[in-house]
Amino acid sequence: MFDISQRLEIRNASIGYGDKIVLHDLTFSVPHGARVAVVGPNGAGKSTLFKALVGLLPLRSGQIFIHGLPLGNHKDCVAYVPQREDVDWRFPVTVRDVVMMGRYDHQGWFGGASREDQQAVSKSLAQMGIANLAGSSIGDLSGGQQQRVFLARALAQEPHILLMDEPFTGVDMTTQDATLGLLDDLRPADVTAMIATHDLNLAAGKFDLLLLLNHRVIAFGTPSEVMKQENLATAFGSRMAVLADGSVVIDECCPPE
Amino acid sequence: MNAFLEPLQYPFMLRAFAASVMVGVLCAVMGTYVVLRGMAFLGDALAHAILPGVAIAYLLHGNLLVGALVAAVVIALGIGVFSRQGTIKEDTAIGILFAAALSLGVALISSIKTYAVDLSHILFGNVLGVSSADLWLTGGLGLLILLTVLLLFKPFLVISFDPVLAATMRLPADLLRMLMLVLLALTVVVSLQTVGVGLAAAMLVTPAATAYLLTRRLVPMMLLSALLGGLSSVIGLYLSYYIDVVSGAAIVLTATLFFLFAFLFGPRQGVWRRKESAA
Repeated sequence: MFDISQRLEIRNASIGYGDKIVLHDLTFSVPHGARVAVVGPNGAGKSTLFKALVGLLPLRSGQIFIHGLPLGNHKDCVAYVPQREDVDWRFPVTVRDVVMMGRYDHQGWFGGASREDQQAVSKSLAQMGIANLAGSSIGDLSGGQQQRVFLARALAQEPHILLMDEPFTGVDMTTQDATLGLLDDLRPADVTAMIATHDLNLAAGKFDLLLLLNHRVIAFGTPSEVMKQENLATAFGSRMAVLADGSVVIDECCPPE
Repeated sequence: MNAFLEPLQYPFMLRAFAASVMVGVLCAVMGTYVVLRGMAFLGDALAHAILPGVAIAYLLHGNLLVGALVAAVVIALGIGVFSRQGTIKEDTAIGILFAAALSLGVALISSIKTYAVDLSHILFGNVLGVSSADLWLTGGLGLLILLTVLLLFKPFLVISFDPVLAATMRLPADLLRMLMLVLLALTVVVSLQTVGVGLAAAMLVTPAATAYLLTRRLVPMMLLSALLGGLSSVIGLYLSYYIDVVSGAAIVLTATLFFLFAFLFGPRQGVWRRKESAA
């Protein structure tokens, strides 16, 4: 029934907290190595979707398949880059410590790091341009550097699916470029990436597929298929204005608190 | 005779030193998690919640430590169960259970005719009355706790620092959190002898908070915390011997002095250093 080339398949999934269902009846599938931008208004359920994908929130109904197997069958195949506000930056760990956490599943929970783990960590740090910060406390870094630490950790995890929650929010251009560059580097390895963003231009310009969400799937497809006035109007409602020349303005600048 | 050696000629003082150093180190290591995970309230609550267990053990003429142990584990698991449901917030669950257990303890103790002396021992510790059996129990539990922390260092680090990573790696986070609560409970029970239920939370929090001011890596923080905890215990005991104050209070006050020094002169965020660099 399912196509093995579909890396990630979501069938009739409903997801919520307590009694409240945030996402209703999601169905979509992401092929091998695709780069997907998840867009939608604040509170549309982007983070909720990611939480379900990593197994933090149970599904109310429906199913999620990774490589044709239900979620949870693959231990180390999903890497998640959290929103910066979700991290305790005062925690006493160094940059290298954080990136090494990405290798814990590879190295086993009770042993030490192998030479291979050390190399993977060093390589990830170098790739994200923070090798010189390896011994620094994470609290001493700039916002962009902090983000690159978590990108490096995701790299070290050697994931099949990479999830990033608003990686383009409040970071400098270097970090934004580093993030996009990372996605390019991951393409040959066929890593599927899903990135939540509120930057519609970036989403339309740099991604293969867009998932437009507002508590349900409004549209899913290539940027040209999704970025249509009626889709955006359905997702953003009164926060969207159509200008005289036909261009669309969306009154929303920031991700929710 | 040397002032440092004089107290050591008494066997009860030797036992007191052994017990308080073990407790100081143990509290300081578990305290690292307490400080980093923001569980200070929980530690305090656990300490008070063991009172009914102690009272029941006393009424049954059993070992007070064993009674405390049972009560602490029951309360720790109770808090875990209540807050796991998500129906009430964790600190509310802690508040309810802690007050209930404390009340039960007070009610039971007030029914004991000769409670006065024993109650003060429970509240403030009685390190000079530590028996050899107590010492063995403390040592055994301490070893068990330290070995568990060593073995589960990586899982504990991940669930404390990044619960989402724990989820993506399919760690049994609930189970690990529960285990951490039980370890914390055991630590509190052991510290009952030296500082009592009233001050156990201080030994959990103060050395670890001091170490946090001085280093920004987890393992050095744990080691430094352990060193400070052990040192505070030794200095506190000497103070208590020579100026005749309650040993638990002397130990906690010594630890607090260390904290104040670190707060004022610490290399990273010391108040003094900040003034210097501002000038």
